[in-house]
Amino acid sequence: MNINTKIVLRLQPYGRHLLQKQLKQANSPVPLLVTSIREASSGAALEYDAPNAYKFHMLEKGPNTHVSCNREEGLDYYKKMQIVRRMEASANNMYKSKLIRGFCHLYSGQEAVCVGMKAAMDKNDSLITAYRAHGWTFMMGVPVTGVLAELTGRKSGCAEGRGGSMHMYAPNFYGGNGIVGAQVPLGAGVAFAHKYRGESNVCIALYGDGAANQGQVFEAYNMAKLWSLPCIFVCENNGYGMGTSSARASANPNFYKRCEYIPGIWVDGMDILAVREATRFAREWCTSGKGPMIMEMATYRYFGHSMSDPGTSYRTREEIQDVRKSRDPITSFREKLVQAKIATEDEFKAIDNDVKKIIEDAENHAQNDPELHVDELYSHVYSQPPPKFKIRGCDNFTFKEVSK
Amino acid sequence: MKSVKDLVKAHGSIILLRRSLSLTPRALAEKTITIREAITQAMDEEITRDDRVFLMGEEVAQYDGAYKMSKGLWKKHGDKRIVDTPITEMGFAGIATGAAMAGLRPICEFMTFNFSMQAIDHVINSAAKTYYMSSGKVKVPIVFRGPNGAAAGVAAQHSQDYSTWYSQCPGLKVIAPYSAEDCRGLLKAAVRDDDPVVFLENELIYGQQFPISDEALSADFVLPIGKGKIEREGKHVTLASYSIGIKICLEAAKELEQNGIDCEVINLRTLRPLDEDIIKTSVKKTHHLVTVEFGWPQCSIGAEIIARICESDAFDYLDAPPIRVTGADVPLAYAKTLEQNSMPQVPNVLKSVKKVLNK
Repeated sequence: MNINTKIVLRLQPYGRHLLQKQLKQANSPVPLLVTSIREASSGAALEYDAPNAYKFHMLEKGPNTHVSCNREEGLDYYKKMQIVRRMEASANNMYKSKLIRGFCHLYSGQEAVCVGMKAAMDKNDSLITAYRAHGWTFMMGVPVTGVLAELTGRKSGCAEGRGGSMHMYAPNFYGGNGIVGAQVPLGAGVAFAHKYRGESNVCIALYGDGAANQGQVFEAYNMAKLWSLPCIFVCENNGYGMGTSSARASANPNFYKRCEYIPGIWVDGMDILAVREATRFAREWCTSGKGPMIMEMATYRYFGHSMSDPGTSYRTREEIQDVRKSRDPITSFREKLVQAKIATEDEFKAIDNDVKKIIEDAENHAQNDPELHVDELYSHVYSQPPPKFKIRGCDNFTFKEVSK
Repeated sequence: MKSVKDLVKAHGSIILLRRSLSLTPRALAEKTITIREAITQAMDEEITRDDRVFLMGEEVAQYDGAYKMSKGLWKKHGDKRIVDTPITEMGFAGIATGAAMAGLRPICEFMTFNFSMQAIDHVINSAAKTYYMSSGKVKVPIVFRGPNGAAAGVAAQHSQDYSTWYSQCPGLKVIAPYSAEDCRGLLKAAVRDDDPVVFLENELIYGQQFPISDEALSADFVLPIGKGKIEREGKHVTLASYSIGIKICLEAAKELEQNGIDCEVINLRTLRPLDEDIIKTSVKKTHHLVTVEFGWPQCSIGAEIIARICESDAFDYLDAPPIRVTGADVPLAYAKTLEQNSMPQVPNVLKSVKKVLNK
């Protein structure tokens, strides 16, 4: 019995099928999903072939399977993924210490998607996602402090504490949305605005495998195709919609094939360079007037759906550990860079220390900065309140006149 | 003698548009227009004025609007500004809201507000709350408009009045105009407003003629959102109402005049933010209050008005308990007699006024 068989047999039925499915799609044994990483001469590029990184729907050709990045890019992507990973770890701890309340959905395991896609985006492209948004918020320009302090509800949070985990915003980043699926037509609307103004930008509208069955997603597909909107619909398929596996929720779990009139690409979402390459391809497609495209990022989340879900009642710990060991986006990328002699382990340790400091500083703010003054609860209801506008508080003796 | 060119320059395209739209005879003494014309003109002017404004909805372009509210607009402005959608309210209300977040200024038409229920998550969660949740980072300058409430013989699913549902939500502005002047001024104000606005029209009065001043026909005529209007001055009783309710209030007032009862009719114009000052001032003058609306009684606009009056110093000026006239607390029937008796009529107002005045 080889090691692969051992792994497969130990899992619960669903877990085994998930791993088998992802293996089949990758078409090669764990852990090697790429071939021939060349040992680069110093200062050169990491390059390799990833022949199983993509699958196509209604496309004759797709993104380049030969992917590469230079040293600067490699270290940058690594650092960003590590920041997201550590930031989410910090959120996990602060939630358990009751410094974060309500809902908190962690992105750990999915880092290659947000870092890889952003690397292919133009600075004026737009993006919208659902509630598993902290990684995206950081990538769209909000510093770690802005994210962590928003989670703890402080004034220094990116929405001053008014939004919390699910409602973070930045220029060209429309959140952070709490209602499953709502962000998809909203994203198509942002793409509509790009086209209306004659801009050569796209809007990337993300949703999960759970949201993929929402009716409004199909309504958005229809109008995006009819009107050739520059919208990239991206399904971040982490295998589970809350506690329901994609096989139990979707009659057709091939999310990149869900629309019979929009081309789709399945991407190995744990390979950051494949993600970047595929996004470049999709972007080129959409901005050349060919209309929308769908992408399915095959990825995985280590934590449960949210902080109130241990994540082990519907999948096994072994499944989670196996993905960590064999397909982690950060360690696998680091290994490739080391193997190609692009960077050394010491350099990565230095980056890790850097990241640690960034997170610690942000945590400091998140734990010690003040909240908004209570009077601020009446602000920002309207951007244009009428003159002498009064808002009622909790009783007949509490009114606040607001001018903004 | 002015040439046609000079006339057009002076009044814009309004006159020519009016001529092409108008099929009704004009009173020689004063200008009148229908609600339909008022709304079409207002949309036309705002679309012409600001590149970012566009109209989106079912049948708004090539069909000229299901109720002909956008007649001529597609021919004039084209596909980019007047956009026909598939029958997918949740989808296109979401798309319109996303476009507003990204800086455009959409007018999203619901063929009737009954269909807005399919999209109501976008009106409330995506549009109304976003400015607050983002702490002022993301504005949503969208107008959701369409006919609201009862039509004639369309039965329960097509006759609901959404005034109270939308006016409950902070973050929205909710307008319920009555006259053609209301429609022109308030729709233009709504489009120019940076906040999400729900604009509740009434199909039964789309064809009604209203007198209109030259000032109200000018291109920059806007009315303030959040301010009511005294539609008829009086001293014995305050009738507070909006939209089609004003019609029966004015008819009732005419009849009551003959009995020596002088009604003050307040046209709320905006439901959120509600102009409570105009109602309080009136109640302090008349000492009697009857609210009139076509929606259901439970949690009605009238209930809100009465609560606010009772919570204020205006309560001390009341000589009788304030009461409400509303639609009947039933889903609306189709059969004519049942339908008519499920909606408030002049006799309901007469009875209520006489009751508060103890007559």
